[in-house]
Amino acid sequence: MSTTAIQPHGSHGHSGSHGMGVGEFVRTYVFSLDHKIIGLQFLFSTLLWFLVGGLLALGIRWQLAYPWHDMPVIGRMLFSAEGGQISPEFYTTLFTMHATVMIFFVIIPILAGAFGNYLIPLMIGADDMAFPTLNMLSYWFMWPAFFFIGMSFLWPPYGAGGGWTSYPPLSVVWDAAPGSHWPQTLWLLGVTCVGISSMLGSVNYMTTIIQMRAPGLTMFRLPLTIWAMFITAILQAFALPVLTAAGFMQLTDRTLGTGFFLPEGLVVNNSLPATGGGQPILWQHLFWFYSHPAVYIMILPAMGMVSDIIACFARKPIFGYKPMVYSISGIAGLGFIVWGHHMFVSGMNPFLGMTFMVSTMMIALPSAVKVFNWLGTIWGGKIQFTTPMLFALSFVSMFIIGGLSGIFMAATPVDIFIHDTYFIVAHFHYVLFAGTAMAVFGSIYFWFPKMFGRMMDESLGKVHFFLTFLFLNGTFFTMHILGAVGFPRRLADPYDYETFRHLLPMNQFMTWCAIGMVATQVIFAFNFIRSIFFGQIVGRNPWGANSLEWMAPSPPGHGNFDFQPIVYRGPYEYGSPEVDTDFYPQTQPPPADPAKRYKDPHH
Amino acid sequence: MGRFWSLLFLMVPILGVLCFVWAMAGFWPMQNHWLPENIGGADAHAIDGLFLFILGLTGVIFVATGLVFFWFLWKYDAAVTTEPVKYFHGSHQLEVIWSIIPAAALLFIAIFQMSVWANTKIKRPELSPGVARPALAEITGRQFEWRIRYAGKDGIIGTEDDVFKVNDLHLPINEDVVLLIKSQDVLHSFFLPHLRVKQDVVPGMQQFVWFQAKRPGTYDIVCAELCGWGHYKMRGRFVVQNRAEFDKWLEQAWQEQEVSSFALPAGE
Ligand code: HEM
Ligand SMILES: [Cu+2]
Ligand SMILES: [Cu+2]
Repeated sequence: MSTTAIQPHGSHGHSGSHGMGVGEFVRTYVFSLDHKIIGLQFLFSTLLWFLVGGLLALGIRWQLAYPWHDMPVIGRMLFSAEGGQISPEFYTTLFTMHATVMIFFVIIPILAGAFGNYLIPLMIGADDMAFPTLNMLSYWFMWPAFFFIGMSFLWPPYGAGGGWTSYPPLSVVWDAAPGSHWPQTLWLLGVTCVGISSMLGSVNYMTTIIQMRAPGLTMFRLPLTIWAMFITAILQAFALPVLTAAGFMQLTDRTLGTGFFLPEGLVVNNSLPATGGGQPILWQHLFWFYSHPAVYIMILPAMGMVSDIIACFARKPIFGYKPMVYSISGIAGLGFIVWGHHMFVSGMNPFLGMTFMVSTMMIALPSAVKVFNWLGTIWGGKIQFTTPMLFALSFVSMFIIGGLSGIFMAATPVDIFIHDTYFIVAHFHYVLFAGTAMAVFGSIYFWFPKMFGRMMDESLGKVHFFLTFLFLNGTFFTMHILGAVGFPRRLADPYDYETFRHLLPMNQFMTWCAIGMVATQVIFAFNFIRSIFFGQIVGRNPWGANSLEWMAPSPPGHGNFDFQPIVYRGPYEYGSPEVDTDFYPQTQPPPADPAKRYKDPHH
Repeated sequence: MGRFWSLLFLMVPILGVLCFVWAMAGFWPMQNHWLPENIGGADAHAIDGLFLFILGLTGVIFVATGLVFFWFLWKYDAAVTTEPVKYFHGSHQLEVIWSIIPAAALLFIAIFQMSVWANTKIKRPELSPGVARPALAEITGRQFEWRIRYAGKDGIIGTEDDVFKVNDLHLPINEDVVLLIKSQDVLHSFFLPHLRVKQDVVPGMQQFVWFQAKRPGTYDIVCAELCGWGHYKMRGRFVVQNRAEFDKWLEQAWQEQEVSSFALPAGE
């Protein structure tokens, strides 16, 4: 299908790998300024953290299925001190660190860091980011974050234990929780460094997308991936300063006794009375002012990439390009005024709850519009069920579930009952795992040939998809049912309560699904690593796609393009009557003969 | 393979609905895998009603979108379809329709439920117009127990005749009950699953919850907000009994109370 000759390795540019000095190796692959290397660095780091996060999750699931039983294999690997049994202290650190790793070290950096870096310059026809040094720093600021979080695992009880939301006073008072000693301080430092990294990245993305588009590439000819990355960068730029400030406030509360989040005279666990004058709920406002927009930081890029994959394999233009752009923007805008829906029962003024309820209901609207447009896109296409397409389709199917469960929780009276139960856990795993993580898998399969010049194995990919899809629904769909019973989250042993005692078998079923799900990822790891070295070599455009990155060599050399891309149209012109192929690259000039040009019947 | 994958996606709405129906019907092995017994008053039942209403509404959308999704995948499978690709970029009309209808539905839900929210969180029961009903007891969450201080015979919290208990809450049946809840150390959440009541308790603040309990029996008090390593064992019980039994129990608890050794500071 490829239009251009196969170029397995960037033929132009400099250095082959032979005879490369140490200094040059370090400049090319370690402290690289090249957005593609930085993107891959993010990709490899986050995939490793994905493994860590997954194992931590198995720890949680083990305890919920077999409370106080020795955990085989992983138990000894993770916490040999306890001889494989999960203590209640360690359970709090398991769920805290699982969520922290998955959110701050996997999902956010894999979307913006790995795919944002790799794809933005390529998809807009630029040779690199606007600020390559800033870009390099954004990766290297992840390392202090890795260091701090890594260190936090070293002090008993081996990780912070205040939840990923880190609510004071538990997270502030030194002796309030076992994990409130050094691990909590290191947690704060780690998360702050991730924030700095994202901040550096987002400034760069905005500038690059505004300034460095190829000639002819207007804003409304941008792929939706780029639109999503652009809006995400804006979200990060506006929301992150608040989290950073809040993080520092919590840090000074812990270390200098400032008391932003502690009421006067508070004594926890025989601590000295707090000087106080603060408000625990203030933290929740600041935290969610960042973290609600952050949930869209964690899904908008996925939505963008899914749109590109679906249009490509439906071989049809995206349905409603502009409504898609508007709904991304709408989600982002509304995303700033819904944070209070995490606080309906927090003690916040109940009148405020009403306004947050209305804005939260309204944010489901652009989400629905996006789903309808994806359905419109596959309607009347010629659907190719490739591995990336299967993952993208499952994103749509699963996001419907996550979006609909959001409506239950947005309804304040219903949220009274389901808040802090497994219903919430079900909701955010449908949007984050069944949604975003599946989109990430699809995107890896889709852009792998561009990154490495080789294909991943399709059959293994499909087995990987099938098993992951099955097990993830077994694990997470059942959580809705637990939520309906009121089964609370974050309990080391929920079966102490008579109300929930009979839910143990269901939890065991879920745990085995989760074990199957994690085990399935071995297939992915094998396929990924093997394909880097032995995958089938491909040309520039193995999928027959339109956007600019597919016009560059695979993998692109330093400087990306071996010609100056000039853009004539949007990226979704599949099946256009103007050409004989079923795709129509953005750089291909229109037919010289005006009679052959397509005239839209509506204009 | 397109056939296979389309059918796989068809399983999502089918198994999804089946799973919910199974749980609601309580078939083996999912007995009692649904909303726990509701022993509350009108507000608690309104919450269940809303839950079911939203379940119905979202269920219809879930099934409809799932079927449409399946049908498109099935019909436009490249291996099967003979139709040429429909080359077009969308429809303004459709966009308007599928924006307005969900917007109206969502706004309706939002407005429809406001009165339930107001009843449960804003309009505290009154003895007579303008006179709020006083709290029956003050409940203080602390790591890792619920300390309960009954107003006692005089109906006022903070007086000599207060009765102290830990994790053991007694409530009169069929009456408006108001409880004052607060925290002594970190955040906790006072969760009564069978009454559909939940409220975080926040150090430095005091809050009220109110409800009616309509069925005698013993039920769980759950802590629903992470409060430390012992969060899971912060379990209380509440006993619903008729007024006479309740008064008798309180009187007896007062008699048995060892008051000489400690005097707690008065509640606010
Ligand atoms: C259809 C749109 C959505 C609506 C109406 C919605 C609504 C809500 C509400 C009301 C809550 C708070 C529930 C509670 O704690 O009681 C919540 C929690 C959450 N949502 Fe969503 N949501 C939507 C989409 C998303 C998306 C797209 C994501 C992420 C990609 C997401 C991620 C989360 C997370 C992570 C939490 C829980 C955080 C925690 O407590 O640990 N949501 N959502
Ligand atoms: Cu939110
Ligand atoms: Cu608790």
